[in-house]
Amino acid sequence: MSDNTENDQGKLWEVFIQSKPGIPHKHAGSVHAHDAEMALAGARDVYTRRREGTSIWVVPSEMITATTEQDADSFFDPADDKAYRHPTFYTIPEGVKYL
Amino acid sequence: MTEKEARFEYLIRLGDNALILGQRLGEWCGHAHQLESDIALTNIALDNVGQARNLLTEAGKVEGKGRSEDDLAFFRTENEFRNNLLTEQENGNFAQTITRQYLFDVFQFHLYSGLCSSTDDFLKGFAEKSVKEVTYHRKLSGDWMVRLGDGTEESHDKMQEALDILWPFTGELFEKTEADEILIASGAVPDLEEIKKIWIEETSAKIEEATLTIPDTMGYMARGSRDGHHTEYMGYILAEMQALPRSMPDATW
Repeated sequence: MSDNTENDQGKLWEVFIQSKPGIPHKHAGSVHAHDAEMALAGARDVYTRRREGTSIWVVPSEMITATTEQDADSFFDPADDKAYRHPTFYTIPEGVKYL
Repeated sequence: MTEKEARFEYLIRLGDNALILGQRLGEWCGHAHQLESDIALTNIALDNVGQARNLLTEAGKVEGKGRSEDDLAFFRTENEFRNNLLTEQENGNFAQTITRQYLFDVFQFHLYSGLCSSTDDFLKGFAEKSVKEVTYHRKLSGDWMVRLGDGTEESHDKMQEALDILWPFTGELFEKTEADEILIASGAVPDLEEIKKIWIEETSAKIEEATLTIPDTMGYMARGSRDGHHTEYMGYILAEMQALPRSMPDATW
């Protein structure tokens, strides 16, 4: 069933938990599992024992492409001196949450 | 037998099943093959111990002799326990634990589902709350049944061996006593014969999906728990579970 017999813990999955309906899923950690369904079960058991979640996403860790440390200078530093990109010149209407 | 005695026996039976299975699963704490399974098994253990607390507390009230949940859990002897023999079987390897869990989860799920329409307020309330927990247990153990049964040659063989060991302990899950007859008549509990039909159908399908075979026991099924007769494992479980409260009865956290 599994294509991953060389590692009996299964492959690695990243776990994202939504703590309340309507707000973004947040990275919570990772679990090992042989398939997506068992990864969801593992995530439920490891990360939602204390009512932390209303929804869980699991994503194979290998499917995530990440920036590297070498990218940092070119990716992020150019934003340092562009304060005008911040929406600080607007007033936020009352009642807007999670902005 | 009075209705009160019947209710006490029934509550003790449900409570002891949850308590002893919870105790067994608790033995896995820190020993499973991966963190995910370790915490999954101990979560199920805690669910069962929680159920046992409710059930034994209610049993003590019904009995009316002032016995608490702790008195019933820690100060009864082996032949006063009414848990099914299946729940006390040893953890063995992971395959054996999963098989025991699956066979019992399906039983517990359908029993609690039936109790959701009980005429007994306590049982109805208890079942409505607990069936959600058991729904998850049954899904998890069922998923493992298929993944290990239909997994590698080694996992398949271990699962078949587990099924061969545990199957003979499933017959007495459905054995009825006078207490059942009294409580069925008042609509307080479902008929175990009905539960048995659903259980056989569901477990057979899952066992087939897991490419496993129900062993031919030539009609033999172990029995005894209804009369307080247990397998050789029970004494050791109680020794470990009861040692502290018996040696220090007034110990508190």
